[in-house]
Amino acid sequence: MSTSDTRILSRQRAVANAGGAAISTRSRAMVMEARHLLFTVSPGAAWIIVFLVLPSVYLMAVAFMSNGPYGLPQMPLSVDSFKQLSGFGFLGWSPGNLYTLLRSLWQTFLSTVLVVIVAYPIAYYITTCREKWRPIMLLAVVVPSWTNQVIRTFGWMNLLAPDTPLSDLASALGLISPNMGLYPSNFAVTLGLVYNFLPFMVLPLYAAFEKLDTAQVEAAQDLYASPLKAFWHAVFPQTLPGLLAGVVLVAIPAFGMYVIPELLGGGKGMMLGNLVATQFAGGSNWPLGAAGAILMLIATFIGLFAMRRIGKRLGGGEEVVI
Amino acid sequence: MTEMTTSAHSGVENSLHSGAGSGSLGNEAGSKALDAAHEASRENASRRQASSIQMRGLHKRFGKDTVALNGVDLDIEAGEFFTLLGPSGCGKTTMLRILAGLEEADDGRLTIGGKDVTEVPPHHRSVNTVFQSYALFPHLSVRENLAFGLKMRGMPQAQREQKVAEIAGFIHLGDLIDRRIDQLSGGQKQRIALARALVCEPDVLLLDEPLSALDAGLRSQLQVELLRVQKRLGMTFVFVTHDQDEAMVMSDRIAVLNGGNIQQVGAPRDVYERPANAFVARFMGHDNLYRITARQGGRLTTEIGELEVEEQEIEEGNQHATQGELVLIRPETLDLKPGRVEGVNHLPGRITERLYRGSHAEFRIEIGSVVLQATVNNRGRHLPEVGDEVTVVVAAEDLVTLSE
Repeated sequence: MSTSDTRILSRQRAVANAGGAAISTRSRAMVMEARHLLFTVSPGAAWIIVFLVLPSVYLMAVAFMSNGPYGLPQMPLSVDSFKQLSGFGFLGWSPGNLYTLLRSLWQTFLSTVLVVIVAYPIAYYITTCREKWRPIMLLAVVVPSWTNQVIRTFGWMNLLAPDTPLSDLASALGLISPNMGLYPSNFAVTLGLVYNFLPFMVLPLYAAFEKLDTAQVEAAQDLYASPLKAFWHAVFPQTLPGLLAGVVLVAIPAFGMYVIPELLGGGKGMMLGNLVATQFAGGSNWPLGAAGAILMLIATFIGLFAMRRIGKRLGGGEEVVI
Repeated sequence: MTEMTTSAHSGVENSLHSGAGSGSLGNEAGSKALDAAHEASRENASRRQASSIQMRGLHKRFGKDTVALNGVDLDIEAGEFFTLLGPSGCGKTTMLRILAGLEEADDGRLTIGGKDVTEVPPHHRSVNTVFQSYALFPHLSVRENLAFGLKMRGMPQAQREQKVAEIAGFIHLGDLIDRRIDQLSGGQKQRIALARALVCEPDVLLLDEPLSALDAGLRSQLQVELLRVQKRLGMTFVFVTHDQDEAMVMSDRIAVLNGGNIQQVGAPRDVYERPANAFVARFMGHDNLYRITARQGGRLTTEIGELEVEEQEIEEGNQHATQGELVLIRPETLDLKPGRVEGVNHLPGRITERLYRGSHAEFRIEIGSVVLQATVNNRGRHLPEVGDEVTVVVAAEDLVTLSE
């Protein structure tokens, strides 16, 4: 008989000898542990259940119900709302909702790309400043977002309205027809989104730049990389985790954005957030609004998942913290 | 192995042959690389000679007050293992960075292989660096790291892979080649960093304290390996360290730097046994420096007593001003005799401390009001105890006089 066998046998014997006493102590310990867990975990769990799980379940339920009087949900269950979203309306094919979805995706994509292009040099520039200036520069980036979003968006309305210098300049350049404003338009929405989300990209990028390992950049130059190639092979990969974190912080709220397209977009600039809001607030169709919200949630999860995959592949296995 | 020293390029292939001979490259991939290496070496035999380096009046200043290099003139010969030695802030790393092109000198000229490269950017210099922090690219695999320099130079992929296989065999990387960087230990990273620089076959290889982050055992192992690599390739190595032991083990010649100035250039024995000044002596670990108060030919009156030196020292001594002159007594040149013995260069003292080290013992000996360190090999004979009266015997030929 091997030694491990004897060990097992002796352990079994010990357990048998201990008998009922051992079991009761163990169960008492388990009760204690369960109580302990209850006290420590329950506030958080309650919060999540009340404010996340239950509303989501409710939303999901509403999305699969039919539209009743005053836009309220009613039985029986149906998938009409999802059909409507994908363009099959009561009056045949009407792709309005589909366009709104596609416009949301496009606006999100475009503004995220533009935010990256604008934020990247800003974040880099701040890291090159003297140390005592950096907090001030960062503050300058962040402070505007402390003002209410609605007020800032109204500001843009004033700046982009017809007969303002910017609009006059645009019409002088032939970009818009005379006497028209830059607002309302899809352009104004994009501009508003870029402006609004800039800090959310600058901050994570700045964090990435600040801990940049310059030795890697020097190693790249030492190994015959031109300045441009050194940037691409040694700087960019190091900032990628920050960049991806920024993309998540910008793209997800941008996709569900309500205020900016509402104020700057006019009727043609509507995004998914506006569609959802109208269905609920206007009292026209709760199930449709819920379906839109669910769609938004699904798109967000797909986006997050894609970001993680990209981060893992390009970041050399380094986990991108979201 | 005789042709090895002539060509840096064919050196890699030549040493690959010897590696296969000793059975370290027995696998199929290895022998394939070997065949390729055969052809390559025939094609490129003696394509490139190792390069010499000339520095003339190199100045470098950081900010207003920090002088990193204060007009340095230095010649490094082709194929030499040359070490820049000094405390932190002495300018050794700045000098290395100027060689790499990562830092630009404020003034002076730099020539590598007979070509003035003072204003040539790093990516146009045939110089590669092994960085202190290794600076490997964490988002690339080991293989991609090794191929990086070749890729940047525009070498076709097939050729690149062959070169990487060669170097991997040469440095014995084996199965590390497909790992990620974060899966490597410190010693492995160090070897990858070395291989990544060597694979580019530079005219000069720069090493910035490459072993300082490793523990003692691994460190001495890699010292030997590095030395062997350099001898096989016959490449010019410029090595930076603050560790005088490491410098002595590795180098053909050493330049000791302090405050942006070169204090002494010489072979390890010169620098250790005949330091040019008190700074070099102290930096090389010497403590037994005593002020000379008067001298008459070869007879010195010093803090520690009357000493006689050899003729060479008399001549050199005459050239120096007597003021601020010191005599160096190396601890390991001393003999200890029990009791009081009269004679020339015999100093009477009492042992105040004994550190028994097994192979040898270190003594602190009081001679009058000054302290002398002595190291005595343990040959199984009597070792004096603390409190013993001894006579320290100094050999005239081992005494060195130097200025502060």
